[in-house]
Formats: sequence, C-alpha cells, structure tokens
Amino acid sequence: MNSLSEVPTLDPVDDSGVRVGGEPIVGLRNFVRRFGDNVILDGLDLDIAPGEFIALLGRSGSGKTTLLRTLAGLDRANGQAVRVPDSRAVVFQDARLLPWKQVWKNVALGLSGPNVRVRSEIALAEVGLGHRVNAWPLTLSGGEAQRAALARALVREPALLLLDEPFAALDALTRYRMHDLVLSLWRAHRPAVLLVTHDVEEAIALADRILVLDRGRIVAEERIGVPRGDRTALAARLRPRLLSCLDSGERREAGVVRFPPALKAAGE
Amino acid sequence: MTALTIGHETRIAARRPARRWLLPVNFGGRWASPVLLLLLWEIGSRSGLIPERTLAAPSAVLGTLVAMSLSGELLANLLVSFARAAVGLFLGVGLGLVLGLAAGLSRVAEQVVDPLMQIKRTIPALALTPLFIVWFGIGETPKVALIAFATIFPVYLNLYSGIRGVDLRLLDAARSFGLSRIELIWHVVLPAALPSLLVGLRYSLSVSILVLVVAEQINASAGLGYLINNARDFMRTDIIVVCLLVYALLGLSGDWLVRRMEDRALVWRPSIVEQSS
Repeated sequence: MNSLSEVPTLDPVDDSGVRVGGEPIVGLRNFVRRFGDNVILDGLDLDIAPGEFIALLGRSGSGKTTLLRTLAGLDRANGQAVRVPDSRAVVFQDARLLPWKQVWKNVALGLSGPNVRVRSEIALAEVGLGHRVNAWPLTLSGGEAQRAALARALVREPALLLLDEPFAALDALTRYRMHDLVLSLWRAHRPAVLLVTHDVEEAIALADRILVLDRGRIVAEERIGVPRGDRTALAARLRPRLLSCLDSGERREAGVVRFPPALKAAGE
Repeated sequence: MTALTIGHETRIAARRPARRWLLPVNFGGRWASPVLLLLLWEIGSRSGLIPERTLAAPSAVLGTLVAMSLSGELLANLLVSFARAAVGLFLGVGLGLVLGLAAGLSRVAEQVVDPLMQIKRTIPALALTPLFIVWFGIGETPKVALIAFATIFPVYLNLYSGIRGVDLRLLDAARSFGLSRIELIWHVVLPAALPSLLVGLRYSLSVSILVLVVAEQINASAGLGYLINNARDFMRTDIIVVCLLVYALLGLSGDWLVRRMEDRALVWRPSIVEQSS
C-alpha cells in the first residue's frame, strides 16, 4: 500500500542463507510453574522465532525439563498465556519407541491421512534408517532408536521441534553424527528447534542462540552469528562464560542445601 | 594363538569319550528316569509287590486307555468335562477382563471393584462348594459357577496391575504426539498390559483344571470325575490312573495354547525376537 511496507525488513540471516525471525511462534510471558511450595519456573520470558535454533543450558533441577514439558503441552499452563504452535514434536533422551510396534508404525503413531506408511518410510530413509523400517524397536541400537525418534518427530512437519537431551545417552562418535544429522534435517525442514542440554560444547556447535536457565529464570543469553563449523575460536571465548553462568548457580545453590550432596551427585 | 586354541580343543575332545558312556543322553536323556520308574512300577505289579487294588500296572492302564478310547466312553466323558471347564473359563475370564479393564482404566471403577475383588480373593473358591450346591443344586450349574468364580481373579489382577504398571514415559511420548485417550489406551496401555494379562490367563487355565477336578466329584452323572467316582467304588485303579492322565493332558494343552498365543502376541519381546531372527 504505502511505500514503506514494500521495503523489505532486514531479518537476521543464518549461515544456511535462510531467513529466521518474524512473528515469534513461541511466547511465554512471566511464566510461573510450581509444585507445592517448590517454584520450578519463576517468571520466565521466552520468545522463539520461526526456524530459530535455540539451545537451553541448565544444570539438573534448573527447570529445563519442566519448561520443555510446558512447551510440549504435557503440563497444564494453569490459565497462563502460553503461545505454542499446534504442530510440535518432541524427541526425548530415551527414544521412547513403543516396543510392540515396528519402527515404521512408531513413526506413523497418531498420523492420519493417505500414504502413512510411505510418509513414514521417507522420514526413516531421511534419518538413515531405511533398512530398519520393519524392525522391532528393542533390536535397535541406542543411536538407531534415537534416529527413529527423530523420524517420528519430523514426519509431522513440526513448526517447533523440542529436543530433550536427545544425545546424552549416546557415545561420543554417535553423538557427533547425530549433531550433523539434526543440523541437516533442520536446514531441510526449518522447524524452530529448542534443544535442552547440559553440554556446553553441543550448545555452541548447534545453536543460533543459547539460553542459560537457572532456578526457573533465564540468567544468560548469547546470540551466535558465526557460521556453524567455524566456531572454534568463538567456543574458546564462550565456553568459560557459559560454564561460569552454570557454575555460579551451583555455588549459590550450595549455600541452600536442598539435597544431601551424595544424592545430588547421583542425580547428575 | 590359533594353534594353541586348536590344541586346547583337541585335548578336550580327546578327553571326552572316556566318560561319555555315563552321560544320560545315551539312555534317552531326560526320558531316562521316568521310563525307569515305569519299568520298576511294572516289575513291582507283575511280581505282586504292588497289589492291583492299590495301583494297576502300567500295561493294564495302557490296555484300559485303549479299550476306553475305542468304546468311545473316554471321549464322551472327556468332552463333558472339557465343556464344563471351557464354559466356566469363558465366563470367569470374560468377567475378569471386564472388571480388570474397568478398574485399570477408571479411578471410580477401581474404588468400586478392587475392594470387592480383594475380599473375594481371601475366600478359597472351593470353600464355596457347599453354598453353591445350596444355591444351584447338583447339576451342571454349580460346577461351571465354581470354575468361573475361581478363574476371575488371576485375569482380573494381572490385567489391572498390567494397566496400572504401564510406562508413564511412553504414555507421555504418545500424548506429545496428540493421541486421544482412546488411542492412548489402544496403542499404548493395552499392548503394555498384554504380557501381564497372558500370565493371568495361564494361571486361570491351571486353576480351572484344579477346580474342575473337585467340582466334578459333586454327584456327577458324566465326565471324568464321574468315571473316577465309579472306578473308586469298584476299586478300578486302572481307570482312575487313565483319568488322571487325561486331566494332566488337559492342563498341558491349555498351557500350550497360551504359549502359542504369547508367541504370536509378544513377538516384539527381545528373547522371542532373537530366537526368530
């Protein structure tokens, strides 16, 4: 209409050359979640833009999983305003495949419409599991199971992909392969990704933006403009800063003894 | 390294034949001891050590078995007994399924059903025999009712606890993909409870045979229990042993049936997966 609107807005462009940004698809404002007297999420603000890759760092008990469950719609928001897209999918740390369904049926779980089998097979082929379409989940290796879980999430074409420490239980080599796989899938499908992790290296290697969660609040935020694969120098600079954010929370917590130390160590 | 290993193996192989003749394999493996027992029994009977009124000889039992099979007497009575067990099981398992599903899937139904089932569990089914005779007379009804009553509980308890024991993480995952409650029950809860249910079914089958044996002693005019009662009156131990054999066969075939069901329904379990691959 007027000349101003024809001027393209300058959205940030990530290293794959695809625009991110625009109207956020996730919006939390002053979000509070408590169990009894225990405040898990304490006045949290969070926006996620379409196609954005966010890593959420936090120690055990920082509220990471609660936040993820809220965004996944697994916990009730108790009347608070939570904006999340309808199409979202979760990959959990343990793949959580139903052992009594063959791999492709796990991928197809809850799907409707035509060609469910074909769509599942395509998704499985994309994660490199085209040869295990008819396998039983209990015969898969840990990495294969996690790939199947990724396929199950992607086949839904989610606008928001929630990853709950999906690589924590994998060996180092498999973990690096999974990082590459997740990045290439993200580039191909452009969902917004929220990766919950406690691994600083993983966060730096994968994300556009890193958030540090501590005791229910976001205590640090880093935007990364450097292309992936070119982040070695950045990592050296960022690592100590992020670690100190995590560590200061730990030290503050040490003053308020919530768990006996042995128990806490076991939990981590 | 390889030479060493081969040497080791040959040494073991060379040592083996010395003792091999002692291995039970040479005498029929696991069949050896039962066959030996039968032989001793036969010798005991023939020599008069075991009187016929105490226990008939195996050869006599076999003869009776053949004669009763040929005359059709055995099959007719077996069918009567089988029908009792089958109808009782059908009712008992059916009720157990309904109650177990209800208590497992609904808190309200659990509050209503479970206390009653726990009370019922404390009453031995066979202790109800006199009451059932008063209520239902001495025909087929009390026999079937006893079997039904006794077989409810194993199915109920195993299905109920199987449903309640479903892995919440799997439920969460399925819910995160937007499955409805009905879909959750169908795709997650029931398959998760199936192994437990099949264990309950196996228990119910063996309970049904046990109760059948006792229930059939109630003034029966047909069935294996009737044959046994008659044989007792005439001290025909051969007929009694034949009937015992048939009871054992009934139990075995029931167990075989459930195992086949398990093989088909639980094909995803690792042990079975490994065997078939």
